[in-house]
Amino acid sequence: MSDAVSRKDFVALVGTVAAAEVLPAASEAATAPAKAPPLKPLGSEPEAYKYFTAPEAAFVEAAVERLIPTDELGPGAKQAGVAYFIDQQLGGQFGLAAKMYRQGPWAQGAPTQGYQLPLTPREVYRLAIAETNAYCKKQYGKTFDKLSPVQQDAVLQALDDAKLTYDSVPGKVFFEMLYANTNQGFFSDPMYGGNRNKIGWKLIGHPGVPVAYNAYIGKHNVPYKVAEPVGIADVERSIGLGGGES
Amino acid sequence: MATLKSVDAVLVGFGWTGGIIANELTKAGLSVVALERGEFRDTNPDFVAYSRYDELAYAIQYKMMQDTSKETLTFRNERSQTALPMRQLGSFLPGDGVGGAGVHWNGATWRFLPADLTIRSRYTQKYGAAIFGENCTSADWGVTYDELEPYFDRFEYLAGIAGKAGNLRGQTQPGGNPFEGPRQREYPNPPMIASTIGATFAQAVQNLGYNPFPQPSANSTRRYTNPEGVTLGECIYCGYCERFGCETGAKASLQTTLWPKVSKNANFELRTHAKVLKVNLDSTGKKAVSVTYLDSLGREQVQPANMIFLTAYGLNNVHLLLLSKIGQPYDPATGNGVVGKNYAYQAGTNTQLFFNSGKYFNAFMGAGSQSICIDDFNSDNFDHSGKDFVAGGLISASSSGFRPILYHPVPKGTPRWGAAWKKAVAHYYNRSFTIGSQASVQSYRGNYLDLDPTYKDVYGQPLLRMTFDYGPHEHKAAEMIAGVQERIARAAGATTFTTNQLSAHYNIVPYQSTHNTGGAIMGTDPAKSVVNKYMQTWDVPNVFVMGACAFPQNAGYNPTGTIGALTYLSADAVVKRYVKNPGPLA
Repeated sequence: MSDAVSRKDFVALVGTVAAAEVLPAASEAATAPAKAPPLKPLGSEPEAYKYFTAPEAAFVEAAVERLIPTDELGPGAKQAGVAYFIDQQLGGQFGLAAKMYRQGPWAQGAPTQGYQLPLTPREVYRLAIAETNAYCKKQYGKTFDKLSPVQQDAVLQALDDAKLTYDSVPGKVFFEMLYANTNQGFFSDPMYGGNRNKIGWKLIGHPGVPVAYNAYIGKHNVPYKVAEPVGIADVERSIGLGGGES
Repeated sequence: MATLKSVDAVLVGFGWTGGIIANELTKAGLSVVALERGEFRDTNPDFVAYSRYDELAYAIQYKMMQDTSKETLTFRNERSQTALPMRQLGSFLPGDGVGGAGVHWNGATWRFLPADLTIRSRYTQKYGAAIFGENCTSADWGVTYDELEPYFDRFEYLAGIAGKAGNLRGQTQPGGNPFEGPRQREYPNPPMIASTIGATFAQAVQNLGYNPFPQPSANSTRRYTNPEGVTLGECIYCGYCERFGCETGAKASLQTTLWPKVSKNANFELRTHAKVLKVNLDSTGKKAVSVTYLDSLGREQVQPANMIFLTAYGLNNVHLLLLSKIGQPYDPATGNGVVGKNYAYQAGTNTQLFFNSGKYFNAFMGAGSQSICIDDFNSDNFDHSGKDFVAGGLISASSSGFRPILYHPVPKGTPRWGAAWKKAVAHYYNRSFTIGSQASVQSYRGNYLDLDPTYKDVYGQPLLRMTFDYGPHEHKAAEMIAGVQERIARAAGATTFTTNQLSAHYNIVPYQSTHNTGGAIMGTDPAKSVVNKYMQTWDVPNVFVMGACAFPQNAGYNPTGTIGALTYLSADAVVKRYVKNPGPLA
């Protein structure tokens, strides 16, 4: 930390000023003695929505918080970073349906034949959020994220019950995708950007990365509890992977 | 197109069956090339990495499974429907890469029961032919339990199966499965430790007069060196078993039981990223001469061989037979033809138990095959007099390790989301378990595999088409099994329980079981089966087909133990008889 301001100090100093403005000029850098800056550990770079537009991010933050709300048991899906998790997933192989068979012809089929839409998950989100916001504006005069929790629940329930659906995308397909992705974001390893502070694991008593349970598995009805669940990044850091100063 | 140097045997796919064949043939001095469509992977470094404890990548996004963007199948429940592509995996999970589905399996390793292998003749004699009903095409296997016993034994000792014998040379053994066929010796390793779930289930079924026993498991319970000189590690009950590779090398797979030996044999060569498109026949159509495959750069290669073994996942073996025009395709309209006939599956019914207090299950701990089972309602272990269905199913309580994305059960009536759901999830994650059954599935005239007329894979070849639904035997057996499961749930003292019945129609969406059977069935009659009991095709005697595609119907057990035994029986016949005198073995 000697020749570089920490990320925290940096933000305090320059606020939202673009980083380029405070970097040394090219001539200075060229004359400065070659010295590699210390590597930041994995996970210390700033996070940002990469697929969602601002209205979409606001929609998903509001929706996931209704599915898994903050209550007396602890924080809900919004604080767990679930909207960010979904954004990252939509920006990657899941969002592009990388492993999905995508050749036509496209037919609706029976429910037992499974997903038959030509839409990728990222397209489902984009279309359905726009449709749902349009519906909310018509019905309530506001977009989904500005509705009261009771109104938001009513909209989500209508999607879940397949009572609210759209010509461009079935509302139920969107709801089931959002529902599955919310669960994934709440309970997956924190390295994907959800389950922050292991909120999901702490809620249910899941220890994260396991240890050898041979000595515990036969102790019947004895709860095995850890002070702090362990994520994959925690273990990798402990063995010197992932960069950073050590 | 390049034609490569001829070898004694070429294997299409390199998982459990390919590994066994490769080992037996190279030990006999034969040259073997294995062609695997996927990548190479091994315990170290692939499965020792901490990133293996990633439920999202492995269990949800199917890191080790078949890539459906390249190849999949089409599906319909019945012939009047148009089959549509299985666009993503769901109901079953074929593997991809070295070791195949035998890397991400749970490890439950059964011997099908003597009665399972002679189902048609036994039930006809005991209960009358009418019990099968009109459209049931279930058949005897053409091999008996006694013929298979030495080969079951070989597979169990290869894989280091942990279990407790229930029948040693005809003597019933306490603590084991009293219904099993006689075995010559004990399992190579002691059974797995019973978890709180297992102990709760065992107590309940004992109170009801049933016979609990630990599931035979390929999660090795101690360091174990198998007869091939390969050492497996010890299971640590980490809870990341099914859909994952094993960190400690305790889960038996090609990698942990055979690879260190096979890979050292100078007669053996593995080529990964090699996708076989076709088995090529000579002008008579009675002899295979080579296989055509695409290599890692998409170049077409021709590999000549004296013998060709289809050792991919069963469905893919059937696909390749159809593409290569080996054997007459089955026609459900006439009942003639054999390839694709008698496709069957597994039928599941489960009861979820919820406890408000007094129990804590540590649901996240466990091993793939750590279950306590009862076999009292499986196969012909109970009297079918007056019943209008054959066979039945295994009932068990599993501690296979319940990871939180896929497993956070709530009692029926709980809202699907919101504060009440969250409360229930928090309470029940460690205070719930499931009594599950896997029941036999009979074969029917209308359930079959063929080539799809419309949809193609990324190689331009027609997709396999699956036409399948459950029949009367499955629904009636499931009704009986659900009743038993609920009796057990009450005896276990559950506060509440929820039963998920067998669905009215088979649905390809939710995960059920990677136990797809049939399509290249074995038998004694060339007009009714694809292979003889040596897994040799009747029509092209130098083509052998391994795997569960040989099962004429499915029993109420996981298939791998029986697949292993059939593979050893075949390898033995090839090495001892076929090589000296190539031609039909039966």
